[in-house]
Amino acid sequence: MERATAATITLTVNGVAHSLDIDHRTTLLDALRERLDLTGTKKGCDHGQCGACTVLVEGRRADSCLLLAVAVAGKAVTTIEGIGGAAAGEALHPVQQAFLDHDGYQCGYCTPGQICSAVAVLDEHAAGWPSAVTGDVGAEEIVLDEPEIRERMSGNLCRCGAYVSIVAAVADAAGAQS
Amino acid sequence: MTTMPASVPTAVGEALTRIEGRLKVTGQARYAAEFPAPGLAYGWIVPARIARGRVRAIDIDAALALPGVLAVLHHGNAPRLTDAGDATLLVLQDDAVPHWGWPVALVVATTSEQARAAAERIHVTYDEEPHDVVFSAEHAGTYIPDHVNPAQETSTVLGDVDAALAAADVVVDATYSTPNEHNSPMEPHSATARWADGRLEVIDSNQGAFAVRQSLATLFSLDPSAVHVRSEHVGGGFGAKGTARPHVVLAAMAATVLQRPVRVTLTRQQMFSLVGYRTPTVQRVRVGADASGRLTALDHLAYSQTSRVLEFTEQTAIYARVMYAAGALRTDHRVVALDVPTPRWMRAPGEAPGSFAVESALDELAEQCGIDPVELRARNEPDVEPATGRPFSSRNLRTCFTEGARRFGWAGRDARPGVRRDGRWLLGTGTAAATYPARVTPSTATATAEADGLFTIRITASDIGTGARTALTQIAADALRVPLERVRVLIGDSDFGQAQLAGGSLGTGSWGFAITEACRALRTELDGGATVPPDGLTARADTAERVQALPALSRHSYGAQFAEVAVDLSSGEVRVRRMVGIFAVGRVVNPLTARSQLVGGMTMGLSMALHEEAILDPVFGDVVNHDLAGYHVATNADVPPIEVDWVDDADDVIPTGTKGLGEIGIVGAAAAIANAVWHATGARHRDLPIRPDRVLFS
Repeated sequence: MERATAATITLTVNGVAHSLDIDHRTTLLDALRERLDLTGTKKGCDHGQCGACTVLVEGRRADSCLLLAVAVAGKAVTTIEGIGGAAAGEALHPVQQAFLDHDGYQCGYCTPGQICSAVAVLDEHAAGWPSAVTGDVGAEEIVLDEPEIRERMSGNLCRCGAYVSIVAAVADAAGAQS
Repeated sequence: MTTMPASVPTAVGEALTRIEGRLKVTGQARYAAEFPAPGLAYGWIVPARIARGRVRAIDIDAALALPGVLAVLHHGNAPRLTDAGDATLLVLQDDAVPHWGWPVALVVATTSEQARAAAERIHVTYDEEPHDVVFSAEHAGTYIPDHVNPAQETSTVLGDVDAALAAADVVVDATYSTPNEHNSPMEPHSATARWADGRLEVIDSNQGAFAVRQSLATLFSLDPSAVHVRSEHVGGGFGAKGTARPHVVLAAMAATVLQRPVRVTLTRQQMFSLVGYRTPTVQRVRVGADASGRLTALDHLAYSQTSRVLEFTEQTAIYARVMYAAGALRTDHRVVALDVPTPRWMRAPGEAPGSFAVESALDELAEQCGIDPVELRARNEPDVEPATGRPFSSRNLRTCFTEGARRFGWAGRDARPGVRRDGRWLLGTGTAAATYPARVTPSTATATAEADGLFTIRITASDIGTGARTALTQIAADALRVPLERVRVLIGDSDFGQAQLAGGSLGTGSWGFAITEACRALRTELDGGATVPPDGLTARADTAERVQALPALSRHSYGAQFAEVAVDLSSGEVRVRRMVGIFAVGRVVNPLTARSQLVGGMTMGLSMALHEEAILDPVFGDVVNHDLAGYHVATNADVPPIEVDWVDDADDVIPTGTKGLGEIGIVGAAAAIANAVWHATGARHRDLPIRPDRVLFS
């Protein structure tokens, strides 16, 4: 008997359920880009090294190039198109607005991943998660200062070198949210 | 109505957010690999797994038997190409393998998963030949190139350097090295090609769609008008997308053979062998000075590598031709051709590695003379460009240093190395100068007054993250004397005609020149009472003659770089704590995006100083660390606060008054950091990057 090399799955992206016949080898990243035409999620390295493909799976950030599409069937995936502003007239998420205002990008290719990461960083901080540079992990409140932002955003490479403005943007968005 | 009052607020100088910004932060900006095409097929490159030799046989049967596989192209069946002056594009033409990673086949399938799996089933046997991939200044094959990139003199000689060195009070004679560095833009190169209505339609990731069109037309023996290349949004390039790269040739080849749309996207690993990189360099710098630190001799000899496919000699030693008033000045280059991928442009080719050597040597001279490094540079300011005697159009390097020193808090610096401590960290500060040529080349543009009162500008510019689209809109609005909102600038389309590619810090000046000319011509017509027909009134400009007539001046941007570092001698870790860069870059069109360009250049300079190093395996000839885990580029956590500003630098040789921003930020940055590491530790680091092991054993 031949082994099945494809399956029919339901991929829920930005609240919309898509039924897909999908090659078992297809990553979530390729499913988004090549099958659903959600090209906001970028492929920079395909090896989980650059963060350009960052999306939220069940609200937590993940490199979509490291997830097989069949493995996220039934889970809620949020891409940059679901963060805000994708439709004409739709409001930008405060993180998106901050990236725009602070020029927290140049070529824009790492930007959707940076923004998805930043949205998750704000949630992780609100949930009290420490990072590798947190001095007192038992503190009542961890201050999301610049070293914390740099550390927490370091899974997303930016070759244009927009980090200084990315930190300013995330700090701005964090201030607006708190 | 198309006439406007003469006094419209100027858009140039305003810190505007990017016109395409909303598209970029919402994921709606489409890059080359992101345009749907009905019937699209995917090409996957099979790279050579030897560094030198010939393909004896390619067994494609197993690959062809897999589901979805449409074709396997190789040198035995691929269409013949005509040389377009770049042998790196002559792929699948013969059985020769000039370096590891050279494409030996292209698999095309209906999905990328199928193409990738099939590529792994292709069995290639080789007649392997001994390879030669190890670069050194002592290599027996080293020779004197006819010219250095792009077409500059290999050597310049002024005075008797050896005699001046022999007579000097103080001499620094040191050898510096920089490693293979890879541009590594975040967007991998991708092209989608298809035939439609008798034209080859290509969407490609490049820095200049017109040049890619010309190359494809020659390669495939087509009339240039039968090739259409678009590149609306480009995910970085830094030189690696300067001209056509093999992926676009392969995509066009497969689309021609299969008569259906084909997309070829490079993997991150393939980018390490197919799109160019910065050559490793070895640089000997000899500086002679009198006791007061005035240079009597400056000698810069640079060694680099090229491939056996195409000679590319980095212009590493040109930096000294511009910078300092030395009585005797010699600059020279040597190159060696190896069985390695072809080095090409990477951000500030020449000046980036060259400034590391010269500005480090100047710091060593300051140490030996007991003179403050800022003062040393001030004492050696030339009146004219040293190597050519040409007058400067403007030179505000001293102002940069004065302002930079003030912002950084340089005054009162204790010059002694290794005496400042903050816990486990040794602290130091360093400085370096920077320069980059402000050139301009001929470009064409059109300006159209539309019947609805709006204006459309068309130019084959490319916005690779520079903010070009926004800056050009500002320039056009002012030239038309209309508010920004009424101007739309269209770029990235080869049908718009010849224009400079986005590289060499040439873009804004060259494109802005053509746009200004076209807009002024249109404005004159409109002011003269011309009526706008329903399909618009268009004025066209070609700056070829105006550029040819420009005065022969030494026109450069300048900068002063400052860095503070902390060095942990127990781990060897170097942390940059802050940087200040003050630049003289002519007129700044958009302060917001200009700052990003300069900060971005300094960030890449930090990365060059501390992180970046591609390691070529001498046994196999491939880059061992060919991905973004092994080839470390600066991450967010590596980059400290960076303060950037610019000084007044009026220079109206060209209409925009701009000098370019793309490269100057990286120049001198690595030297400033290396000089700061010396100040922290007392150890000179003449080899980049300044790795922990080098710090530990220094």
